[in-house]
Amino acid sequence: MKDLHQFLISPSQAAQQHGPHDRIVMSSRVRLARNLADFAFPGWAKKPERVKILETVLPAVSALPEMADSFAEAMDNFTALDKQILVERHLISREHAAKNVGSGLVLNRAETFSVMINEEDHLRMQALRPGFQIREAWNAIDRFDSALEKKLNFAFDNELGYLTACPTNLGTGIRVSAMLHLPGLVLAEQINPIIQSVNKLGLAVRGLYGEGTEALGNVFQVSNQMTLGESETAIVERLEKVLSQIIEHEENARQTLLEKKKKIVFNHIGRAYGILANAHSISSKETMNQLSFLRLGIDMGSFPGTERALVDELFLTTQPAHLQKQISDKLSAEERDLIRADMVRERLKNVSRPVTK
Amino acid sequence: MQCCVCKEKPATVHLTQIVGEKMQKLDLCEDCAKAKGINDPTSFAMADLMLGLGASQELDPSAGAVEIKCVRCGFTQADFKKSGRLGCPECYQTFAEGLSGLLKTMHKGVRHIGKAPEALRKSRETGDRLKLLQKKLNKAVETEDFEAAAALRDEIKILSGAAPAKIVK
Repeated sequence: MKDLHQFLISPSQAAQQHGPHDRIVMSSRVRLARNLADFAFPGWAKKPERVKILETVLPAVSALPEMADSFAEAMDNFTALDKQILVERHLISREHAAKNVGSGLVLNRAETFSVMINEEDHLRMQALRPGFQIREAWNAIDRFDSALEKKLNFAFDNELGYLTACPTNLGTGIRVSAMLHLPGLVLAEQINPIIQSVNKLGLAVRGLYGEGTEALGNVFQVSNQMTLGESETAIVERLEKVLSQIIEHEENARQTLLEKKKKIVFNHIGRAYGILANAHSISSKETMNQLSFLRLGIDMGSFPGTERALVDELFLTTQPAHLQKQISDKLSAEERDLIRADMVRERLKNVSRPVTK
Repeated sequence: MQCCVCKEKPATVHLTQIVGEKMQKLDLCEDCAKAKGINDPTSFAMADLMLGLGASQELDPSAGAVEIKCVRCGFTQADFKKSGRLGCPECYQTFAEGLSGLLKTMHKGVRHIGKAPEALRKSRETGDRLKLLQKKLNKAVETEDFEAAAALRDEIKILSGAAPAKIVK
């Protein structure tokens, strides 16, 4: 087995990837769910059948030109820690991290395509892009799917479209989503009405790593919920429209905050800097929330000479599994908090106090 | 207020979601909320939860009825009630009746629009075009526009091969 960590892009490289509107849209993804016509769905198939599916799908996916340089492995060959790292990188789902024999992963070198085999469906393939690029992500995964259907016999019904294990994904099997950093709307207390109106449009808003609607680090994931009765392009266009509006609202909220509630904004940015640059013990949750305001400060020009990539890298490296990976001994949560604080202090050593104009 | 899942313990977790014009409400006790994964918001999706509950209502066999079982994979309604997932692609035929109501509440429509495997794309397009022409033909007949009707009938003939066009009033 290849070394996963030799293969993965380093957190600093990952943080350097840029895309349109990446000040607000951290990443875009489009996922398609597909199943083979002649097998039971993964949740119902017995182990030998799942292994057979994996042995059919994994070589077919690996042989695609897009996956010429790829990491292809059965899930039972990953350590629990490596699975968790893949979750923190958003390359696999939590559900997939719990899988073992009969499930697999194919990931390309650029980390723009990730295919989970035998997650909830036989195939969950996703195209990932930095910034606001959902249309590009859709085009990429559409081509990928078209190439794959020449080799695999997908379950498709004339009326119902692509058949999926869960009826919520039926039809197109598509989930279009974007990860948004919205500290302005949170501080301006406009986030709840925005979430409500987005919900009304049939779109889901979720947090980055949960906590209901109070998303960690002011990061929100917006995605479509309905998959049947609407074409892929219509869904992509609808998401594009809604996301553009959210971006505009966030920009306006930041502008208005600077004009009318300067002290509130500078207070958050200053405190975030104070804590992150001086703490000796800090939880991953607090780190995320404070990093969010540091990121906002960088966007607002409070830290001249400091790049957003610094924060984005810390967003990753301070996650529990990423932190654990850097240390050989098994750490308790308390020990991790100490090491996390040391790491963040070290990285912020050369960042000067925020400029408040 | 009672929990709407176990119908035993008092409901302490209340959820509301608005989809289009419809408002859906759920009242759960702590244990059922936990069982449905609401304490782990990352894996929780309202739609999934609704599905589980909706499923138990939609697919419950009426009293005395024989339980339906998928001939291909042996999956039953009880299994669906438990997991909210189906057993195999064939299950969509097996449980078509129970699913249709569920799909209506869950999605924008009940017929797939969009991508299809290339092998099927052509026949799908032809089918759609035929349906449209047939509609136009019926209208032309209704309005006694026989010239247009004749042209449409010819087009349908060509498109559907040898099959004769039906003129349905």
